[in-house]
Amino acid sequence: MNISQRQAGDVTILDVSGKITIGVGDVAIRDAVQVALGGGARDIVLNLKNVSTIDSAGVGELVSAYTTVTHRGGKLKLVNLPAKVNDILQITQLITVFEVYEDEQAAVDSFRH
Amino acid sequence: MPVLEPEAFLAVASRFENIELVQAVVDDLLVRLQLGEEDRHWIGLAVREAVANAIKHGNGGDPEKQVECEVKLEGDEVVVTVRDEGKGFDPSAVADPLLPENLLRPGGRGIFYMRSLMDRVEYHFGNRDRGTEVVLRKRIKVAGDARAQEETRA
Repeated sequence: MNISQRQAGDVTILDVSGKITIGVGDVAIRDAVQVALGGGARDIVLNLKNVSTIDSAGVGELVSAYTTVTHRGGKLKLVNLPAKVNDILQITQLITVFEVYEDEQAAVDSFRH
Repeated sequence: MPVLEPEAFLAVASRFENIELVQAVVDDLLVRLQLGEEDRHWIGLAVREAVANAIKHGNGGDPEKQVECEVKLEGDEVVVTVRDEGKGFDPSAVADPLLPENLLRPGGRGIFYMRSLMDRVEYHFGNRDRGTEVVLRKRIKVAGDARAQEETRA
């Protein structure tokens, strides 16, 4: 599980790779979002391109990150969902909650509208 | 119904890192049954949820308490049994995570995951003076060669 942070203008992109699973990956997501928000980030894109597995705790952390960012007046969006992550968001119906993009530039541009 | 090899039993301390260990063993058996990556992924994920629940809710994260996991093939079903030492719970009392009011709750999706990914999920309580026993079942296409090989080994 690895997360790195970069900027695309005012939008903060978190590149997540590996397993978002209980005990390690879920906490890492929480910490990364907190660090980004603490550093002044408002709008965040989670790039999940290299995520191999997401368990229910991981999904829970995505939801927590979403509500935390939203409560602070920002938005959290997802990009590059691997098929297995997409399947899970469909099954849990969270696909109706998250704004999901297939293309990173489109995700970044969406904050301007 | 005949129980065919392969079969595995393992007991691990209640630590989240041991979920990897359990999944690795389950995955190894599923590879021997010649299951594809997709099937192995979803069964493995359901098993992870069962073990995570056993560690977190059943055993309260107490590493002195063990989680037992048994994997076998019954007919054309993969059967994974996970036991903890907890006090049990009422599965029917667990809230539906798909209800609009629950959609943004961070927790409460573990059992839903298992039910979605497997064909059947059964709970037994108080067996052999142990806590909760969850039995996960999934029908698979058993490759003829794999079954023949395992029968030969047995």
